[in-house]
Amino acid sequence: MREVAIIGIGMNKWGELWDKSLREIFVEAALLAIDDAGIDKIDSMYIGSMSSGLFTDQEHIASLLADYLGLASIPSTRVESACASGGLALRQAFIDVASGMSDVVLVGGVEKMTDVTTGGATFALSTAADQEYECYHGVTFPGLYALIARAHMHKYGTTREQLAMVAVKNHKNGAKNPLAQYPFEITIEDVLKSTLVADPLRLLDCSPITDGAAAVILCSVELAKEFKKDPIIKIIGSGHATDYIALHSREDITWLSATEKAAKRAYKMANKTPKDIDFAEVHDCFTIAEICVTEALGFFEKGMGGEAVEKRLTDLDGRIPINPSGGLKSKGHPVGATGIAQVIEVVKQFREEAGERQVKNARIALTQNMGGTGGSTLVHIFEKI
Amino acid sequence: MITPQRYWREIPQRYRLEAGKCKKCGYISFPPRLICPHCKNREFDIIRLKDEGKIVSFTIIRVPPEQFSDQSPYAIGIIELNEGVKILAQIIDCNFEDLAINKKVKIEFRKIRSEGEAGIICYGYKAVLLD
Amino acid sequence: MVGIIGYGAYIPRYRIKVEEIAKVWGADAPAYKKGLMLEEKSVPYLDQDTITISVEASKNALKRAGIDPKEIGAVYVGSESHPYAVKPTGTVVAEALGSTPEIRCADFEFACKAGTEAMHVCYGLVKSGEIKYGLAVGADTSQGAPGDALEYSASAGAAAFIFGKENIIAEVEASYSFMTDTPDFWRREYQHYPQHGGRFTGEQAYFKHIIGAARSIMKETGTKPEDFSYVIFHQPNGKFPLKVGKMLGFSREQIEPGLLVPKIGNTYSGSSPLGLTATFDIAKPGDRILIVSFGSGAGSDAFIFKVTEKIKGVQDKAPKTREMIEGRKFYLDYGTYAKFRGKILKA
Repeated sequence: MREVAIIGIGMNKWGELWDKSLREIFVEAALLAIDDAGIDKIDSMYIGSMSSGLFTDQEHIASLLADYLGLASIPSTRVESACASGGLALRQAFIDVASGMSDVVLVGGVEKMTDVTTGGATFALSTAADQEYECYHGVTFPGLYALIARAHMHKYGTTREQLAMVAVKNHKNGAKNPLAQYPFEITIEDVLKSTLVADPLRLLDCSPITDGAAAVILCSVELAKEFKKDPIIKIIGSGHATDYIALHSREDITWLSATEKAAKRAYKMANKTPKDIDFAEVHDCFTIAEICVTEALGFFEKGMGGEAVEKRLTDLDGRIPINPSGGLKSKGHPVGATGIAQVIEVVKQFREEAGERQVKNARIALTQNMGGTGGSTLVHIFEKI
Repeated sequence: MITPQRYWREIPQRYRLEAGKCKKCGYISFPPRLICPHCKNREFDIIRLKDEGKIVSFTIIRVPPEQFSDQSPYAIGIIELNEGVKILAQIIDCNFEDLAINKKVKIEFRKIRSEGEAGIICYGYKAVLLD
Repeated sequence: MVGIIGYGAYIPRYRIKVEEIAKVWGADAPAYKKGLMLEEKSVPYLDQDTITISVEASKNALKRAGIDPKEIGAVYVGSESHPYAVKPTGTVVAEALGSTPEIRCADFEFACKAGTEAMHVCYGLVKSGEIKYGLAVGADTSQGAPGDALEYSASAGAAAFIFGKENIIAEVEASYSFMTDTPDFWRREYQHYPQHGGRFTGEQAYFKHIIGAARSIMKETGTKPEDFSYVIFHQPNGKFPLKVGKMLGFSREQIEPGLLVPKIGNTYSGSSPLGLTATFDIAKPGDRILIVSFGSGAGSDAFIFKVTEKIKGVQDKAPKTREMIEGRKFYLDYGTYAKFRGKILKA
């Protein structure tokens, strides 16, 4: 297997992009990545998108986007794993380069969520859960994560305020991110006073509905050196795992076992441990998710994720900064694009282009991207050399 | 939209809580599966789960999906039935303040949703707090 | 010998008081309460209908009968509020119990006596040897038009009876039916609420048919009111059963155990059947019970049951009727009640 590097990144400002269609959003980000990489040839492309079909009635976007990118004829693959579509697309692209099948690969993610009503978007998102045994009964995604939150609070004493602190921290970081959907700070009181969505989760515990795309260019480390890329940013670990799709099928509903397994696989491949990670971009679709993920990634003991946030261990200047980009909460969550945007933050941080969000002396970083309530998870580890 | 055929296919589970018990290791799968996730055995006995259990976790849905908009707010819980199998179901006929983890519940047959004014009525299981 | 081998009841847990309804329409609550002998009525929740309550009552009957559901040869649900205009309530009940596919089924309709007519048919099929066990259900989630007198009493409830020839807990000693074409109360297709003939629904409808059925069945069997431990009449309100009982020569003590309407209202097709389940809950071996239903349109069904030794072994096998009446319940304000009953809808 060859070593794989990231040589280009591209991302537009995320938000409700009324005047841009799915194809425009994707192509915009892809072109930025191509320009950033300075390449003139792409061997294959991967697109992560949860449901272009339900959001815009458009399937076959492998063809559509290769077409609109002016690359019709190259191999193009649309990858889906609910909210982990982006992370999974990255892994497919990684394998494509690492195996030697392709030399230069574009991988992007896109989701156009505002061409349907809020009800329509909620329905599309709900297809990540078990249709017959979860959604049939009227549960929503906030509802499923609320079930996790309440159990976590009951079992470990995690508090409502600790959940709020995750949102506050991520907004504090996101306020420094010009591409974020909601680049402003919020307070704990703001969170605790926001509308109840599914007890105990409130509006400000939840990531938003967003239009957006993100793209990166991968090639072999050898080729990256030829392109005189500096620093060289390598993908040193890739871990992928699944779990029972329905929350209730799992032994312990407070434990994200797919995240644990994907992380172990990635750590093993990278020959690293949780202690080696300088910062991480994780999937905070809901505040409780970030808490559970940091435990499953091995950053904190089981049940201690809430306390860790309270102790500010995950702040930008903390022991292990989590979501310096602002996370899904502040940056936005155009589902299929999220996994790729996480990688973009890693690259920006390694290039020391993160402005006020800059994590100091970061050399090894981790991204974690999950689908549904953790039914599928991708963990990637990156190193700056 | 639930089509009649999608609804009808799951009736043994929705109406009778029919599950599959692995003939080899005893793992109970609800709904039944073709292959045991634990021991990979492919033979099962069909059993009917008992209608009693306890609350593992619960929430109150205040922003419901469209088909449930006239029912909200409503409580949803993960219920562990006596056999150790967990299901997700609404918890009804209760005051929200009375809900707590580990409280005992009984399963009742209720209407889950209707497909509009003219479509089929879909039934299934819900949980009621035991007094 | 043919009789009932299992019985079950189901009453929703929500209630609304007469005062709460009267308040909205500016009516005289104490007068209604006294005149109707009615305090409060049961209200089905948003997710309950005749199908769901029939299933629960039937499950309770099955618990008491202790038989394999696959041996039930017929299921008939009588109601005037079947959820579908076309597609039987009975098929869902049969499927939920696990009785399909070798089973006869159709829905019954005859205002409030649809359930007892279902009992007639099950009794006949079992007696003739056509089927081993038959399930008859009387259930309703009826509506009264807002502001109408019936709004105070129209309520929800279900009662189920399994008939068989073995392990009988109450033997059928006689059955009878008295019926004429009398337009006292009706509902046209596509109309949401029924219409009724006011005071005409009394003498020429309720009283004529109940008295007709009761006198005839007692004449046929050579019995007198004193021969009965309990009697149950159809209960549109608390006054009518006491009045007709007096007219026939029954005492208040014989009627009261089965008189549920003051606390749950008129459950229509469930009305006298639930009175019967409540009576079975307290009956002793050797008790003789008379039940006379009434359905507008109009007719009355009558059964005489003789309770056997076996009743003692089944009473505790499922929730008792009075437990459902007195147990955990929730009182509604009129607005929430109107929402539950679909009288007001989200736009």
